[in-house]
Amino acid sequence: MGKLYKFLKYSFITIWTVFVVAPFLWALTTSFKDFNSVNGGATYIPWVDFEPKLEGWKVLIKSPANGGVDIIEPYFNSLFVTCTASLISIVLGTLSAYALSRFTFKAGFVKNNDITFFFISQRIMPPIVLSIPFFLFLGAIDLLDSLIGLIVVYIVLLMPIAVWIMVDFFNKVPREIDETALIDGCNPYQAFFKVVLPNSVPGLIVAGMFCIIFGWIDFFFAFILTFTEVQLLPVKIVALNSSITPWWSLSASALVSVAPLIIVAFIVERYLSKGNLSGAIK
Amino acid sequence: MNFKQKYVFLFPGLFVLIGILIFPIIFVVRLSLSGWNSYNGLNFIGLENYIRLFTDDPRFWQSFFRLSFLSVTTVVLQYVIGFALAHMVWKDIKFQRFFRVLFLIPMMTTPVIMTVIWRTFFHESLGPVNDILSNFGMSPKWLTDPTLAKITVIIVEVWQWTPFMFLLLLAGLLSLPKEPFLAAAIDGASPIRKFIYVTFPLMAPISIGAIIIRLIEASKIMDTVYVLTSGGPGTSTETSSFYIFIKGLREFQMGYAASMSFTYLIIMIISLTFIAKGLTKLLLKD
Repeated sequence: MGKLYKFLKYSFITIWTVFVVAPFLWALTTSFKDFNSVNGGATYIPWVDFEPKLEGWKVLIKSPANGGVDIIEPYFNSLFVTCTASLISIVLGTLSAYALSRFTFKAGFVKNNDITFFFISQRIMPPIVLSIPFFLFLGAIDLLDSLIGLIVVYIVLLMPIAVWIMVDFFNKVPREIDETALIDGCNPYQAFFKVVLPNSVPGLIVAGMFCIIFGWIDFFFAFILTFTEVQLLPVKIVALNSSITPWWSLSASALVSVAPLIIVAFIVERYLSKGNLSGAIK
Repeated sequence: MNFKQKYVFLFPGLFVLIGILIFPIIFVVRLSLSGWNSYNGLNFIGLENYIRLFTDDPRFWQSFFRLSFLSVTTVVLQYVIGFALAHMVWKDIKFQRFFRVLFLIPMMTTPVIMTVIWRTFFHESLGPVNDILSNFGMSPKWLTDPTLAKITVIIVEVWQWTPFMFLLLLAGLLSLPKEPFLAAAIDGASPIRKFIYVTFPLMAPISIGAIIIRLIEASKIMDTVYVLTSGGPGTSTETSSFYIFIKGLREFQMGYAASMSFTYLIIMIISLTFIAKGLTKLLLKD
């Protein structure tokens, strides 16, 4: 029993590892190819199967006038939109989550749980439902194709995540902490900012990472709500995927876009091991 | 605790969210009752869009059933694989951190961008998959055969989102109490019995949460389909979102697209509620 289980376990892990890594390795080799080695059929090992070229990577830093792809500006646009929207969502979401976790609200039949559900249920809304009115509205107030317009839309995408994780986190922070602070003469704001918040750093980091992930990987809204003035990275890269696809620069830019979030994977794993995400889905 | 200040905490977030959403949502409802074109704007046509949708548009319902099939299949696969992986790296294993991080990485990558890579991966003549399969005399048409195109979408979705399931389930496993496992060990339960009678029941509430969250996200499948197959060949991988997108923002039948969006939203809310209730009943019998 023990041996068979071990064998199955390690073969499963091996197969899955190969599956996870395969597209990255393929992108890595492809990024060093040129037109001839791509169109000669699939090849894998540089120097043996094909002559590696740096063309795919060089194109990324050239200006469009010289036949380059110019992903630097979209890259910073993406970073700016993701980080700003995440920050706003975390600040507003954390405040609301604290209120929902500690105080009781009642307005008619609406109670705390209903308000929490209202926040979280925004994730159920398919992007397509919102895209048409957002398209028309941002057009009407002249924010179509602008960074601010995108940030406004991304707040709707990200705040539910922040509220979802933080409500749960605050529920696990002992109430005695705030109560002691209040007895010691703090007002509720001081109790929150000086006592509760410093104890919530792990929760804030997990929520922040989730916001950054879901902001960074969004394509749909950026695709519909921007055209030429502002381009985000995913839209720019997918635009490369035209009839005659330059696989080499496509692969190189894909790898560049994926890189920063690998750090996020390490951070998430670290806080996961300490058990900070555990209750979020119960 | 009860303070007046509680509103200061709650309202900024709540009102920002309502403020951004209220007009778009009212507008979708209004738009769905209208015809729309560029020269005379909105004109009220009552329920005409809905009548057309329910009586005269099999393509919408086909795309909806296709979406149900795709999302249920991918989520079941993700759950089984994700649970297996989480269980395997839960306890003593060599290079534990390495595997945990590695298994998380796909969800950190942008789906559309990785899908572009997958497209080259499954390319019929130049991709590595068919290069390897051609040694066995096979060259499947991954993206242009109606059945295989669905399977390709499922493979890509499973690659992309199993890590999310893995993350939620591993977090759940790490938070389980130790006592039931000690008791099982004292009773000398075999690993399989331990899993069936201890681990799985303890994980049931977390499993339900994870499955529902993934179903919600999976029902939005759109990016992958857009890049991988553009809904093709024919309409064989077209999902509801993608069909609404085509009607609304390609053919500019905004009113009709809005009525489809609204119908789709209602169906999603109702069916997800039923699935959540069903799963709770099924897994939490005791």
